[in-house]
Amino acid sequence: MKPKLYITATVTMVAALLTATHAFAVDVKVGMIAPFSGPFAHYGKLFKDGAEAYIASQGGKLGGKTVQLIYRDTGGPNPGNTKNLVQELIVKDKVDYLGGFVFTPNAMAVAPLIQEAKVPTVIFNAATSQITEKSDYFVRSSYTLWQVTVPLAQHIYKQGTRKVVTAVTDYAPGVDAETAFKAEFTKLGGTVVESIRMPLPTTDFGPFAQRIKASGAQAVYTFLPGGPPNLGFVKAYTENGLKAAGVEFFGTAEMDEFDLQKFGDAAIGFTTSFHYSAAHDSPVNKAFIAALTKQSKDAVANYASVGAWDGMYIIGKMIEATGGQRDGDKAMAAARQLQWESPRGPVRIDAKTRHITQNVYLRKVERVGGVLINKEVLNFGQQVDHGLTK
Amino acid sequence: MLTMLANILIDGIAYGMVLFIIAVGLSITLGLMRFINLAHGAFAMTGGYVAAWLVRVQGVNFWLALLAAVLTAALIGALLEALVLRRLYRRSELDQVLFTIGLTFVFVATTNLLFGAEVQLIPLPLLLSGPVDLGVRTLPAQRILVLLAGLAVSLFSWWAINRTRFGVWLRATVDNREAAAALGIHIRWVFGLAFAFGAGLAGLGGVLGAELMPLEPYYALKYMVLVLVVVSVGGMGNIFGSLAAALLLGTVDTASKYLASGYGSLFFFAAMMLLLVWRPNGLLIKAKA
Repeated sequence: MKPKLYITATVTMVAALLTATHAFAVDVKVGMIAPFSGPFAHYGKLFKDGAEAYIASQGGKLGGKTVQLIYRDTGGPNPGNTKNLVQELIVKDKVDYLGGFVFTPNAMAVAPLIQEAKVPTVIFNAATSQITEKSDYFVRSSYTLWQVTVPLAQHIYKQGTRKVVTAVTDYAPGVDAETAFKAEFTKLGGTVVESIRMPLPTTDFGPFAQRIKASGAQAVYTFLPGGPPNLGFVKAYTENGLKAAGVEFFGTAEMDEFDLQKFGDAAIGFTTSFHYSAAHDSPVNKAFIAALTKQSKDAVANYASVGAWDGMYIIGKMIEATGGQRDGDKAMAAARQLQWESPRGPVRIDAKTRHITQNVYLRKVERVGGVLINKEVLNFGQQVDHGLTK
Repeated sequence: MLTMLANILIDGIAYGMVLFIIAVGLSITLGLMRFINLAHGAFAMTGGYVAAWLVRVQGVNFWLALLAAVLTAALIGALLEALVLRRLYRRSELDQVLFTIGLTFVFVATTNLLFGAEVQLIPLPLLLSGPVDLGVRTLPAQRILVLLAGLAVSLFSWWAINRTRFGVWLRATVDNREAAAALGIHIRWVFGLAFAFGAGLAGLGGVLGAELMPLEPYYALKYMVLVLVVVSVGGMGNIFGSLAAALLLGTVDTASKYLASGYGSLFFFAAMMLLLVWRPNGLLIKAKA
């Protein structure tokens, strides 16, 4: 991202700030931290749709209390600004809970604040393992790269593949993914023949596809940020004939529902390991999608909106446990005990790490009734955050 | 080793051609007309979105959509030129920068509103969607189209600027407006047409380059740096210079992906600096001693 993009982000943010405060009788205030402007604005909408759909599904109240969501726009990854926004939310708006957080650096930046003010904070997305270690008041409803990668590495080894090449984007989550894969796969006795790190601004992935082909690996494990890089890599994989050359594709978030339809038939057969598929076959998931569609007709059911939905569930349970009173420690004690049926399947909060324990699924892209879906083909079972328990 | 070298050259030239096809429109509007046109990316994006919408939603044939995209970009370029941009020719460069960057933001927001934040793909016809066997290795068929289109565009532009009456008028108008007007050249029409031509080429680049630079609302800003680098290294208004610069920089960037990907875009920008020091007036023009 270019720095000049922040300028628009900031301008729009000021506008958002001016319109966001309207007072009425509320029992509980929840500060929502997400990008609502700039190139990541769609995350803000996914969070908003997921969170508001959940509250609406509970009859407009959480734990019997009226809840006000106060939205704050961070633009992109911007720890300094996020810290200021959260400080203001805690001191001026006196929020009882915080939710949201797309980017790891933004979540890290507020750890000292929530620790001091004892404000329980639910992370809807940011997926670096160490975040929850930074404050006792963090609880996470998303996933970590370790969590979805370790069972994938085990699966690849189990199916008889011994030589794998990793290709990740050269930034913190990419490196996290590479480390997780290598650690597990070599521990089992497999070989990572080459570890390719692709620069963040890469547009032409052809050369990397050729390197993957030349590496002699039977499969490629990959992690890229969503949107254009992801799309470019998948295209390069197909167009350079890697599939035909016998190099299997294994990813994580690459076939995310938000961009999936754009891939077209080229996506069919791509295999990823992830915790949520919009095609998960359960009544709870169907209810989630129905609530989401009712909330906003262009809402997308994906990992971000389900993270927000489950995040609001956690906040609701904390409100219930404290009777709407401000008591961070009591709320967190309740959060550590939680266990419920999420749209993604059965989940619980790990009492020690405060990270969500959940099923991870192996999924294959298929076309069903005209649309592309991630069909769950294998359930790896309940997974903890392997990044914290390693 | 030899296959590696062949790979670097093939991928480098293919990538360089994509850079060229996206930049060539700017080498007309910025390079030749000396108008600091930071809205170039917005015109390219317009072309790309028109093609994506026509092919994906309306089911129009790819080649027809390509034509429609180029014409739409040219038309919007011509309208903007006639209504507002022409008032900026005599203003300072800073005014031009501020205005066109503002215009770009308007395009970004409008695109976001109309099409949403998702990435848009232009579905390719069967002929272009697979790999082509070159004997030594395979190359995506779409790159071969870009290669041919790049060569065709550079030859046509060179011919139009250097060998036609219109080209004479355009160059005369750029060099000395008053004298050109006094000689009876209709400078409004000449500039309007040239700008529309540049915008149309931008639209072409938006469609053909979309394989590597996928369309999304921030497209208009994201790739401007790459495009400005190609035009400035190639030399102002020098079509073949831009072509040479794009191919050279594309090959340098590709080589670094094969051999030293850990350094990111370092070599691309280092090459840009060295080339600008060596030939500040353009890659194909010897610096004055």
